[in-house]
Amino acid sequence: MKGWRFFLPLGLFAAFVGIAGYQLSQPKSEFVESAMIGKPMPPFDMRPATSDVPGLSLANLKDGKPKLLNIWASWCVPCAAEAPHLAELERQGAPIVGVAIRDRPEDVAAFLARYGNPFQRIGADDLSELQLAIGSSGVPETFVIDGEGVIRYQHIGDVRAEHVPLLMEKLREAGA
Amino acid sequence: MSAVKAKHQRLILVVIALVALVAAGVIASWALRNQASYFYVPSQFVEDPPAPGQAIRLGGMVEANSIKTQSDGVTIDFVVGDGDARVPVRYSGIVPDLFVEGSGVVAEGKMQSDGTFVADNLLAKHDENYVPRELQDMNDQHKKAAVAETTI
Amino acid sequence: MIAELGLAALWLAAALAALQLVAGALAVWRGGEESGGELAGLIRPAAIVQGVLCVFSFAMLVWLFVRTDLSVKLVAMNSHSDKPLIFKIAGSWGNHEGSMLLWITVMSAAGALIAFVERRLPERTMQATLAAQSFVALGFYAFLLLSSNPFERLPTPAVEGNGLNPLLQDIGLAFHPPTLYLGYVGLSVAFSFAVGALITRQVTPEFARAMRPWVLGAWIFLTVGITAGSYWAYYELGWGGWWFWDPVENASLMPWLAATALLHSASVLAARDALRAWTIMLGVVAFSMSMIGTFLVRSGILTSVHAFAVDPERGSFILGLLVIYIGGALAVFGLRAGSVAEGEKFSAVSREGALVVNNVLLSAILGVVLLGTLYPLLTEAMGVRVSVGPPYFDPVGTVFVVPMLLAMMVGPLLRWRGDRLERVRKPALIALVCLAGGLAVAIALRAGVLSTIGLALSAGLAVASVMPLRGRSLRRLPIATWGMVIAHLGIAVALFGMASERAFNKEELAAIKVGETATVGPWSVKLAAVDPVAGANWTAIEAVMQASYAGGKPVELHPQARSFWSPPQETTESALATRWNGQLYAVLGKAADSERWQVRLWWKPFVTLIWYGGLMIALGGLLALIGRVREDLRRRIVQRKAGERRAEAVP
Repeated sequence: MKGWRFFLPLGLFAAFVGIAGYQLSQPKSEFVESAMIGKPMPPFDMRPATSDVPGLSLANLKDGKPKLLNIWASWCVPCAAEAPHLAELERQGAPIVGVAIRDRPEDVAAFLARYGNPFQRIGADDLSELQLAIGSSGVPETFVIDGEGVIRYQHIGDVRAEHVPLLMEKLREAGA
Repeated sequence: MSAVKAKHQRLILVVIALVALVAAGVIASWALRNQASYFYVPSQFVEDPPAPGQAIRLGGMVEANSIKTQSDGVTIDFVVGDGDARVPVRYSGIVPDLFVEGSGVVAEGKMQSDGTFVADNLLAKHDENYVPRELQDMNDQHKKAAVAETTI
Repeated sequence: MIAELGLAALWLAAALAALQLVAGALAVWRGGEESGGELAGLIRPAAIVQGVLCVFSFAMLVWLFVRTDLSVKLVAMNSHSDKPLIFKIAGSWGNHEGSMLLWITVMSAAGALIAFVERRLPERTMQATLAAQSFVALGFYAFLLLSSNPFERLPTPAVEGNGLNPLLQDIGLAFHPPTLYLGYVGLSVAFSFAVGALITRQVTPEFARAMRPWVLGAWIFLTVGITAGSYWAYYELGWGGWWFWDPVENASLMPWLAATALLHSASVLAARDALRAWTIMLGVVAFSMSMIGTFLVRSGILTSVHAFAVDPERGSFILGLLVIYIGGALAVFGLRAGSVAEGEKFSAVSREGALVVNNVLLSAILGVVLLGTLYPLLTEAMGVRVSVGPPYFDPVGTVFVVPMLLAMMVGPLLRWRGDRLERVRKPALIALVCLAGGLAVAIALRAGVLSTIGLALSAGLAVASVMPLRGRSLRRLPIATWGMVIAHLGIAVALFGMASERAFNKEELAAIKVGETATVGPWSVKLAAVDPVAGANWTAIEAVMQASYAGGKPVELHPQARSFWSPPQETTESALATRWNGQLYAVLGKAADSERWQVRLWWKPFVTLIWYGGLMIALGGLLALIGRVREDLRRRIVQRKAGERRAEAVP
């Protein structure tokens, strides 16, 4: 058949789509999972990120109760977007502690005044030291820490409504 | 010009086209196999070192206390490790901001004939995406790629 | 309220696009104006109103950014009340959602324009073209409205915006993406024309003439966009390089290569009614390359090692659009091309012959770039991670660029239809002598292999490209011919800049104390001071350097290392000293120890010619566009007068 050569471009294109589709369907390690899951938190002691809320240290995490550790910053819009869902988590009884990354006390205070404060404690991490140490590579991230200060679960990105039950479940598992 | 001649002439063009396209395919695939730069982690690097002169990318962690600045002020030596193996690297230039001991790094460069790995570019890792700050930890080329990526 | 108005306009525009598609498809199905009925009369108005609505919607988004309305998510994410106004405006398209809105705005405005002015094609082909245009637009409306709504509101307004990325606070970059967009979208018009002509099988010289201004326009914008992008990368990144072969750059280069080929094959079709199927094919390929490029960088499948703001969902969406448009167009091509394929015959030694060679080689280069860009994808499917860079692209590209430039030297001298090589022997010999001269000089200066080839070719090409002016009255030469000459000369100029930069680039990396001097090439650069400085949203350390060329009067340079705080990040600001014969490029690094500072200097002879050459190419395109449009207008006036005369003669 003479016309087959006119279908050649279509064939090449189909091959491209095949490869691209295959690549898209592959789970991408877009988010770098922390290698620290299952390992204890490193020792740290952070000053309060703002005057009204106490600071955070390793000892606070080792009080026997599992907690959510939220890595955030006042300059981060997704952090503002997740604020209502953190509030919901708090309402359901999850203890939440925060780490503010590269932030200023007045900005932190303004953020809390505007979006509410679900945090029991907020430590200031001015150089991203703790953030890097626990394998978090951006804001916001939320970790589940068990009562012994061991990292049990890492949630990357902002917490949305659908993540609330999941995080509550993980928190319960960590308590068991 | 006669129809036969015209057909003949047309054939010449078709042949030129075919030769060019086949040549493009052959040369490109040959060059890709030889010139693509492969990604190594230190244990692969130690087990099966790349040939000297072959451009590669080496990814791993900068080992603690391994960064040594030479007396010229612009050359540094450091060790990239992955827990199993360690590869010493030399680099001359201005290091990216997030290049610190204990951080992840991708070193682009070549193995020299004397056995040292010389990087001509360092990419500091921790580049994540879901915050606008995504760019802060990347080297410039990837910043540029990211900027263009969100704007093109 | 503003955001809601913008969104409503967008939905209305989408509905009109749907109407335009249905009416167009029905009209084409029933066959032309007569039987298309009332629906067919809706096609052009729908396209025009749709364009107006989109422009309105985009204006609303810009207005939101100007007012810094922080209740809108996009504004809060990308703007800041302290930002200079021009960057607030630029912020409206400096992000995914806004840029997609800009895309659709330009696209529908282009659709409105063809609906308004294009009257020379058969009505049925126009209907098919506008239907194709609305079909493409509908996909982007869906993308925008369903998965990336730029007008989305935040539940609680933000206190302050997130700031525009400091890297984007750069006037060049602010206008770079829109320029490329105009190029991409111009190619979408060429695509619609190609599909329209294919559906009605009316692939005629008239069709090529209708399509050509759009291809030319798109090509000019792409040329300017690539040139500006390259210069931006050069001065902003502090690496001293001007092209990195990264996927983002390739994504803009590939449509340019395809558009260049299309431009030349459309000329053949317009002048000689040959290369019909091939021109249609290129029309489809050129737009495909814009889409594929967008897909590759947006979906993140190529940059997975350094994941950015990528979203696999977006990737799937664009891939879906690709399958529908490109796959659909190629399928129609496969079915229909057989019946339009045979055009006029021509001899191998002729203008057409040379243009075919040019087209084939451009396609080969396009293939080489595409393959190199996709190769990491292929190997990753097999579990091997690689990256492909200059060691691949430079030599392999050269293999095909060299014969293409040689064909470019001879092609414009040949006559259409058929010619004898003897006739062009003399100008070809002159060009060859210049080429050999360039070769000798380059070898004497010990340039590298690729640079030597580049220098020699640029010398030969520079002379050959002005040869078509030989023996002709310069005042009576058509503007379009001037355009060709200038564009080809621009290639020679840019090539000279590239080869010279590659061959004679000098670099110096040193740690020096304040008061000490570093030398690079003919320059001696004294580090006079290092001081802290502050800007609107950044602080920096700034070096004061006194650079003197060959002992002459020193010029002062102020390279900086800047830290931004909203969002926090650091950038280097290079400083340039430009002379007619090149640029000194200075970067300030970090403190090497308590006294010394790292400085990096480059002396790049004739590097600026790369971008001047690029601008010349664009200028050539612009002249060609003006020439072609004028020609068309004249022809239209002549035809109208002839029509009037006939009408008068009848009664």
